[in-house]
Amino acid sequence: MSDSQVVSNQVVVHGAAEGAHHEHLPYQRHHFETYAQQSDATNFAMWLFLITEVMFFGGLFTAYLIMRNWYYPAFVEASHQLNIFWGTANTAVLITSSFTMAMAVWSAEMKKKGTLLLCLTITFILGLVFLGIKTIEYGEKIEKHHVPGFHYSMQSFLNPQSDPEVYKEYKDKPLSYDMARHTELYFFLYFAMTGMHALHMIIGIGILVFMIFRARAGAYTTGHVTFVENFGLYWHFVDIIWIYLFPLLYLISRHQ
Amino acid sequence: MSPLHDKNFESIEQHEHHHHIVSPRIYLTIVCILLAMTGLTVAASYVEMYVFNAVVALAIAAFKMILVVLFFMHVKYSTKLTKLTVGAGVFTFLILVGMTLSDYWTRAWGRW
Amino acid sequence: MSTATIVSLPDQSTARIPRMNFMSKEKGILSWLLTGDHKRIAMLYLVSITFFFFIGGALAGLIRLELLTPQSDLMATDTYNKVFSMHGIIMIFFFLVPSVPATIGNFVIPMMVGAKDLALPKVNLLSWYLYMVGGILMIYTMCVGGVDTGWTFTTPLSTHYLNTNVASAATAVFVAGFSSILTGLNFIVTIHKMRCPGMTWFRLPLFVWSNYAGALLMVLGTPVLAITLVLVVLERTVHIGVFDPNYGGDPLLFQHLFWFYSHPAVYIMILPGMGVISETISTFSRKRVFGYTAVAFSSVAIAVFAFFVWAHHMFIMGISNYSMLVFSLLTMLVAVPSAIKIFNWAFTLYKGSITFETPMLYTFGFMGLFTIGGLTGVFLASSGTDIHLTETYFIVAHFHFVMVGGMLMAFLAGIHFWWPKMTGRMYPEKISQLAALITFIGFNLTFFPQFILGTLGMPRRYAAYPPEFQVLNVFSTAGATILGVGYLLPILYLTWSLKYGEIAGDNPWQATGLEWQTQSPPLTENFPAIPIMDHEAYDYEWLEGQKEKVASVG
Repeated sequence: MSDSQVVSNQVVVHGAAEGAHHEHLPYQRHHFETYAQQSDATNFAMWLFLITEVMFFGGLFTAYLIMRNWYYPAFVEASHQLNIFWGTANTAVLITSSFTMAMAVWSAEMKKKGTLLLCLTITFILGLVFLGIKTIEYGEKIEKHHVPGFHYSMQSFLNPQSDPEVYKEYKDKPLSYDMARHTELYFFLYFAMTGMHALHMIIGIGILVFMIFRARAGAYTTGHVTFVENFGLYWHFVDIIWIYLFPLLYLISRHQ
Repeated sequence: MSPLHDKNFESIEQHEHHHHIVSPRIYLTIVCILLAMTGLTVAASYVEMYVFNAVVALAIAAFKMILVVLFFMHVKYSTKLTKLTVGAGVFTFLILVGMTLSDYWTRAWGRW
Repeated sequence: MSTATIVSLPDQSTARIPRMNFMSKEKGILSWLLTGDHKRIAMLYLVSITFFFFIGGALAGLIRLELLTPQSDLMATDTYNKVFSMHGIIMIFFFLVPSVPATIGNFVIPMMVGAKDLALPKVNLLSWYLYMVGGILMIYTMCVGGVDTGWTFTTPLSTHYLNTNVASAATAVFVAGFSSILTGLNFIVTIHKMRCPGMTWFRLPLFVWSNYAGALLMVLGTPVLAITLVLVVLERTVHIGVFDPNYGGDPLLFQHLFWFYSHPAVYIMILPGMGVISETISTFSRKRVFGYTAVAFSSVAIAVFAFFVWAHHMFIMGISNYSMLVFSLLTMLVAVPSAIKIFNWAFTLYKGSITFETPMLYTFGFMGLFTIGGLTGVFLASSGTDIHLTETYFIVAHFHFVMVGGMLMAFLAGIHFWWPKMTGRMYPEKISQLAALITFIGFNLTFFPQFILGTLGMPRRYAAYPPEFQVLNVFSTAGATILGVGYLLPILYLTWSLKYGEIAGDNPWQATGLEWQTQSPPLTENFPAIPIMDHEAYDYEWLEGQKEKVASVG
């Protein structure tokens, strides 16, 4: 007699008593014993994914902190080139979108389909607004030749008075040639960090579109809120990255 | 003793915890604090605090992050495992930044 | 060698492979390419990593051929640079990192915890596809001329001074890295959330603990490699970056970020192998692993400490004296948990009933060779000696002892140990024991001379060397030839065994562990019903009790 038969004799009792656990809700995958196990596991999986993202951005933050420490004057003056109005607006936009996303999760939990659709749509729109503002900002950088590696111009830093808009605000002193070269490093980090962040926003917005269609079909208001919940975690994470990017890139020192 | 009641039997049963739903009032309070903190950090950048500019900015950012993590991401109402996971991520990030920076900051110490 | 054996096979005249098993359940190529079954994915991985192992091995053969003579006469030095770079990249990222976790781990871990599958089957399949995409990109890189930065992509060589295919190689590794992250993520979720009733953490087989620790490293470390490679590729395309001294960047920053992953990577590679050793040493001594708790906690300790020691790869690169001191001290500490494991395994052997089946031969090989490799690591942890030994063949010998003498032997031990479970068939014992012996002899002949070469001063990554080093190099190449035979044999006889091997039955090794209490090959859903774990790990008395139950019922 093989061992597997011994096992199955043992577990017959278990099978009968556990009958209740084996009724499968339509959205429960078969390798999970209960729906609660499934939503626990997928939630935990999303958190693990987020900590991989923390380490992913971590490399960029490390590089940034070292370079800022080494070339503080260059970083200060280069950061003055970023428009504080747009930056603050974008921060407010993202924080609000985090709020609407949290409300979306609440709506799904409360099975309110209309509110869910509204919240998801507003989150989506706010995400687009963020990207729109970023496009404007990137456009400004391109115009002023502040894109590293593409006809980068140090004029605004060697001779700040040649840039009247910014000079009016901050009355920066001219940088030495060496220090002015390091501004290109600042912009490399600016584009790398905000670019990586924007990529994550774009992916998030894409998933939001998918979710809006699924929400319309009633997928998230029947008690199965895992997808919305886990996406919410992702969206909040992207918000947190910006919460750090904003002061580090825009607010190094703005006193006159 | 049936395995279902054995104290060692934990894996499936532990997932039956109640699902805490955070109220919109809390979300509204948090978003208002976050927006206020944003204004504060912008204002602070216009004040000359020398090395403390960076400290204040990072402190405000950390505070905002903690609010988002605890309330928007529900970590305040989550299992110990979730809290441990967040902690592990933050800890490893701090090791990366801290130990790398410590090399850079000590290079000027020269020969011993 | 004793002829005693614990192998217990069913009567071959009547035994059959169970008709219903995970391989027979569905037919057709799509049922394999779109599978969610962790066992099928493990088999897909097994085939792919074997393929890449042989490419990496061929490259190793080319290296050893070149080093037969002091001149760079077989190939140009540039070509030699490409050969060792590709050898390193393929062996590390496309063989060693996925070897035990993605093949054996994927297959066995759900069964060991008493689950029907891993927590995220689709993510599991995605991880295999990412591995294949990375692998294809790597082959493409080889075909269009390879990369010659070394597997370490050191800046500013990789960002500035080379016109080889750094970007495509970096992308290949980037993609393979995500494959690794997803495997690790899946393991962590499964081990936390899918344990069957009664399966507490301390009843888990130590293989699970080791893979759990390795998975933690995969999840937390690999993303840093990913962003570092992105920065290298960006710098190559934009011609300015944080590693570029012309603009004030620091090439050493690359090394900090690179080694922050790549040191934990070596533990990602060895921990699952250590998990295999825990299983085989217990089974072939018929004794529970001595100091279960110590072995379990030391796995996690290795994972935690792994993050604190990376700059020992950079002692001569320009880090501060303070960093040298701190990292040297911490590296000494990280050796301790590994040593604890070796002690515990040795004490498992003491007063055990030891038999010498093939997995045990590889296990003994591991014990000796990993110990030598690990001890030489302590020489390197001391920054004073490291200054002389780094970038020499001493380093090459050190890491080959731990990775090949250690990890690869553990992988082969595991493949042979779980082969009957995966395929339902036994491999031929005599020829496999011979192959293990050939591998052991070949390995020592190949790599031991390299320790001597290193202390005598032969630098690594050089195609040409001073003539006084030739004799030892010839020994090394001779050993490599023997080693090649030792690695080729398993491919041949394992493939042979698929059709002609003896039927293994459920538990040919009389092993404990849930995976051995069900049929070979297993059902798609692993168990007829979710088991309940009511005994401790490595409980051989429980196993005896099971046999008595069978006898009394029958």
